Amino acid sequence: MAGKTLYDKLWDSHLVKMREDGTALIYIDRQLLHEVTSPQAFEGLRLAGRRPWRLNSNLATPDHNVPTTKTEREIGIEGILDPISRIQVKTLDENCAEFGITEFLMNDIRQGIVHVVGPEQGATLPGMTVVCGDSHTSTHGAFGALSHGIGTSEVEHVLATQCLIQQKMKNMLVDVSGGLQAGVSAKDIVLHIIGVIGTAGGNGCAIEFSGDTIHALSMEGRMTICNMAIEAGARAGLISVDQTTIDYVKGRPFAPAESEWDAAVTQWKTLVSDEDAEFDRVVKIKAEDIVPQVTWGTSPEMVIGIDELVPDPANEQEDAKADAIQRALNYMGLDAGQKLSDIKLDRIFIGSCTNSRIEDLRVAAKVVAGKKVAASLKQALVVPGSGLVKQQAEAEGLDKIFIDAGLEWREPGCSMCLAMNADKLGAGEHCASTSNRNFEGRQGYGGRTHLVSPAMAAAAAISGSFVDVREVMSHA
Amino acid sequence: MRKFTTVSSIVTPMNRANIDTDMIIPKQFLKSIKRTGFGPNLFDELRYLDEGQPGVDCSTRPLNPDFVLNKPAYSGSQILLAGENFGCGSSREHAPWALEDAGFRVIIAASFADIFFNNSFKNGLLPIILPAEQVDGLFALEAVDSALKLEIDLESQVIRSEEGKTWAFEVDSFRKYCLINGLDDIGLTLQDADAIKEYENQNRQKSPWLFK
Repeated sequence: MAGKTLYDKLWDSHLVKMREDGTALIYIDRQLLHEVTSPQAFEGLRLAGRRPWRLNSNLATPDHNVPTTKTEREIGIEGILDPISRIQVKTLDENCAEFGITEFLMNDIRQGIVHVVGPEQGATLPGMTVVCGDSHTSTHGAFGALSHGIGTSEVEHVLATQCLIQQKMKNMLVDVSGGLQAGVSAKDIVLHIIGVIGTAGGNGCAIEFSGDTIHALSMEGRMTICNMAIEAGARAGLISVDQTTIDYVKGRPFAPAESEWDAAVTQWKTLVSDEDAEFDRVVKIKAEDIVPQVTWGTSPEMVIGIDELVPDPANEQEDAKADAIQRALNYMGLDAGQKLSDIKLDRIFIGSCTNSRIEDLRVAAKVVAGKKVAASLKQALVVPGSGLVKQQAEAEGLDKIFIDAGLEWREPGCSMCLAMNADKLGAGEHCASTSNRNFEGRQGYGGRTHLVSPAMAAAAAISGSFVDVREVMSHA
Repeated sequence: MRKFTTVSSIVTPMNRANIDTDMIIPKQFLKSIKRTGFGPNLFDELRYLDEGQPGVDCSTRPLNPDFVLNKPAYSGSQILLAGENFGCGSSREHAPWALEDAGFRVIIAASFADIFFNNSFKNGLLPIILPAEQVDGLFALEAVDSALKLEIDLESQVIRSEEGKTWAFEVDSFRKYCLINGLDDIGLTLQDADAIKEYENQNRQKSPWLFK
């Protein structure tokens, strides 16, 4: 019999029971909550007269709606100018207080984007099942934790039962090996992977990312990779546990106590796929082939290297694909065959659950240090992922570097990634963004998003257009 | 949840792949703390010529006459026929809520994004996967007869046209049971409360740090 994949092991260790119809009841160790997808779940509990099954498995923080300007934040919830956003943040506070759930309030130093906060607090641990009413919950798979996004009905289901009804996914392996070129980062790796397998390439699968390139990455880089597994259609991304994982977790507030640490580490070290495990699909990627990536269209799979030209629908064999390219070109205001460097950028966004951790900010700061943001830009935003990331960045003087270069240094939150707060693109504006989705209207009505790495976004902030960050880095 | 048995309706065609959740319901409408009322904002950016805001009366907004939902022939349709990978993107359940609120009960596509597919069943919405060539065939039929009417019979797992043509489809038996009976699955899971407690007791011994 073949060995088990990491996904198989996590599935087996959380199986409460198989039900007669072939579905499974899977135990959930951690649920992260935020203001957008939880109010209707709490309302459902109240209407049914139910209480949460296990309070301490839940951790909440507001992130999607919170303002990121200091003046608005200082006033507290009443300072949120948009009345509908204010109600949603307030509702989260009221629900958490009523049910007794731990919440990092908007102005708590520990507040931030749920997918930054969970790992930072050690609330995400290897071997856990982690869910949240947010598709980017795949992020936590970087810790060898089975993690995926769920809908609001399932948020309520987990609150009430600590379980989810699941069907087992397929196993897919994406192996990346070899050395990366200078200036190429985790974001470029995952965008490249999505370009290769497509936005539906991982549908129905848990994708395990493996290979020496992946294991050479920091935890921040691994989180960036797993974060975007969902953009390849996979609900869950996974990376096996190694010493980097264990070192990252040690000493964090929710991590196992000293007395339990050794037992925990012994268990975590088994969280790797067996040598003889079989995968339903295997994709191999050579790291040397990856160049800095830029999306040109309206789906993350519409991505090319900085040295490539915007595609021409005339070169596409299938009509449906040619139509999709033409529709995206129209929306993005681009010409077939044009150079990426000819796109005039309006805004820069460095942030989001994909790229707002300390390492991302360090790389961006290095690129802009001692330089000035292009005068042609309307705005260049840096939004740290949490209060603690912000504090760390300020201790390292990164805030000064950004501010001196002419970028805005903001308070933590999801911000312009999905434009639920005041940070958004105007119609027709082009943005170099370190976020995860370039869908139509995602960053604002009519806005045009180009997904890039933090280094590429920072370099674009200086030149006002896309440049090959490999050249910038080699002169640094 | 509304019970689902059979649905008979004209078919609304949206022949594009990767219809994402931002397209189905733009993020500004996610600020509601209710489950209902999202219907008028379904496909907001495609449906109206102006930018939609929550709390605005949609009946006074300029409609995009080219968008399929605005064509009188499709009014009252309960069946959406769409391109592959429907519902990709975020986990927002507001997407199936908006479709349901706008009167849709069935979506037919060659493939769906996993989270959307899962969310649909929780809200009385039936996502049907048909082979790509059958979906193409339905689009072709609809193109000839823009009042194509189909009957979806969940019990027999079959789609019928008025001409008597049929297409069989698969559906998970538990999800089918819940849809037909309009059941809330929390109550069903709580019937297994003892098994859940037993699991917790065993694992509290083995990995106590997971319970703190």
